[in-house]
Amino acid sequence: MEILQIDLFLFLEKLLLIGGIITFSLVIAMYTTYAERKVAAVIQDRLGPNRAGPFGLAQPLADGLKLFFKEEIIPLTSNKVLFIIGPALAMMTAMLTSAVIPWGSSINVFGRDVSLQIADVNIGVLYVFGVVSLGVYGIMIGGWSSNNKFSLIAAVRGASQIISYELAMGLSLIALLMMTGSLSMKTIVEQQMSGGWGGFLGWNILYQPLGFLIFLICVFAECNRTPFDLPEAENELNFGYHQEYSSMKLGFYLFAEYINMFISSAVVSTLFFGGYDIPFVNETALAASWGGNIVAVMGFAALFAKIVFFLFLFMWVRWTIPRFRYDQLMDLGWKKLIPLALANMLITAIVILWLNK
Amino acid sequence: MASLTKRAKVLEQTPLSFMESLYLPNIFKGMAITFGHIFKKKATISYPEEKRPFSPVFRGLHVLNRDEEGRENCTACGLCAVACPAEAITMEGAERQKNEEHLYREEKYAAKYEINMLRCIFCGLCEEACPKDAIYMSETFAPSNFTRQGFIYSKDELLIPNPTTNKEGYEAARGLREAQIKK
Repeated sequence: MEILQIDLFLFLEKLLLIGGIITFSLVIAMYTTYAERKVAAVIQDRLGPNRAGPFGLAQPLADGLKLFFKEEIIPLTSNKVLFIIGPALAMMTAMLTSAVIPWGSSINVFGRDVSLQIADVNIGVLYVFGVVSLGVYGIMIGGWSSNNKFSLIAAVRGASQIISYELAMGLSLIALLMMTGSLSMKTIVEQQMSGGWGGFLGWNILYQPLGFLIFLICVFAECNRTPFDLPEAENELNFGYHQEYSSMKLGFYLFAEYINMFISSAVVSTLFFGGYDIPFVNETALAASWGGNIVAVMGFAALFAKIVFFLFLFMWVRWTIPRFRYDQLMDLGWKKLIPLALANMLITAIVILWLNK
Repeated sequence: MASLTKRAKVLEQTPLSFMESLYLPNIFKGMAITFGHIFKKKATISYPEEKRPFSPVFRGLHVLNRDEEGRENCTACGLCAVACPAEAITMEGAERQKNEEHLYREEKYAAKYEINMLRCIFCGLCEEACPKDAIYMSETFAPSNFTRQGFIYSKDELLIPNPTTNKEGYEAARGLREAQIKK
């Protein structure tokens, strides 16, 4: 009966954390749609949404409300069960990844040390990969069950794209993992924090710039963002795999995309940019004088700032470069990124061996 | 293949050089350009709050003019209706009575004067045809209404405010006109 003796407070604490992070991701995803429209506008010398509320801040609420009140259309020839499961799966896989991301160090509440990470599993990075691979099912099922040629083409494109880029993504991370020697996200962050200049010299981006570049490109592809947005190419495939969707099911797909962006930004920040590490600040010394809770909150703010930067990067790239052609996409993935990632892995391995000699 | 016209440009399809095939330098160049655009002046005019400046010859909705003493200029001669290529103007004349000198400047006046704004093409020929400076086109535009009937503007909607009773309204409507004439 050992297994049933769960610490009630631990249960409560994790439940609160899960609720908090889900709400947080949803709100962020909401405002990312707003930010996307604003960024698109300013890049194109326009003003962007500014009618609903001050600076148009109520715009995402209005959009969400609109989606809720739209008529729900399920095509007669579709596979109804899968048609409904599709968006739910997309949303769920988008959310699942956030479980292993360390959102901050631990805070002290009523004498308990509460870690700001839902689960510090020792296979964190592997878990992220597993869940990201599941993400393709949302697209695939949605596209297939719609029973529509455009949706199906889009779904097939999406699936092959995600599978191709996952390879390069994994290979680029192997080099990083050879350095860290651990798959736990928390350990990776703590290793980066122990570097010089208050942690800044420990950031993996300084040791793995090529790996970071490959990883970032693959993240763009995994999130189906421009220049790799072939599964939802508006002008070729009429919105791709979610063409037949309406109402909140469509909303779920769109939302899942933005949550994916948010979580991917968090993963990139965690793996390469020191996670909740505040650069040029020695956290342990600061925690001794200011108290651990304040430093934990500051660390979370630092992570959030990094995430916001990456979200901006996603949008900035989207409104700059056009879409790849499909053969170019495959060419880039298989003929360029994978050999590069392999070379990066080899060089890292040689350097590690040479340093340890 | 020979081109149909002699203006066709011959494109050289050379394979990408190594630097070009890296994509990244050009992508960074493009991103620098888009980033620069964030700080550029925006082209948008937030319409209801902010209005576009018009040229002095802009032709908006019509105004029926009065003179300084508040008398209507229009004598219902019908030249505007004749000049109108869209046949948007309808009018009926009437004779001025003894006690109406303060209302109409000359012996004849327009008892009914209607412009159908849906027919009007805002060409300004009515304004040119008018010998009495009785009709001119303002800077007001974009009329809106729920019915077609509402777009047929009657005389009270077209008339400029009376300077004897509503001095400010008259000055405001007139001021734009004066500025137009000066330019």
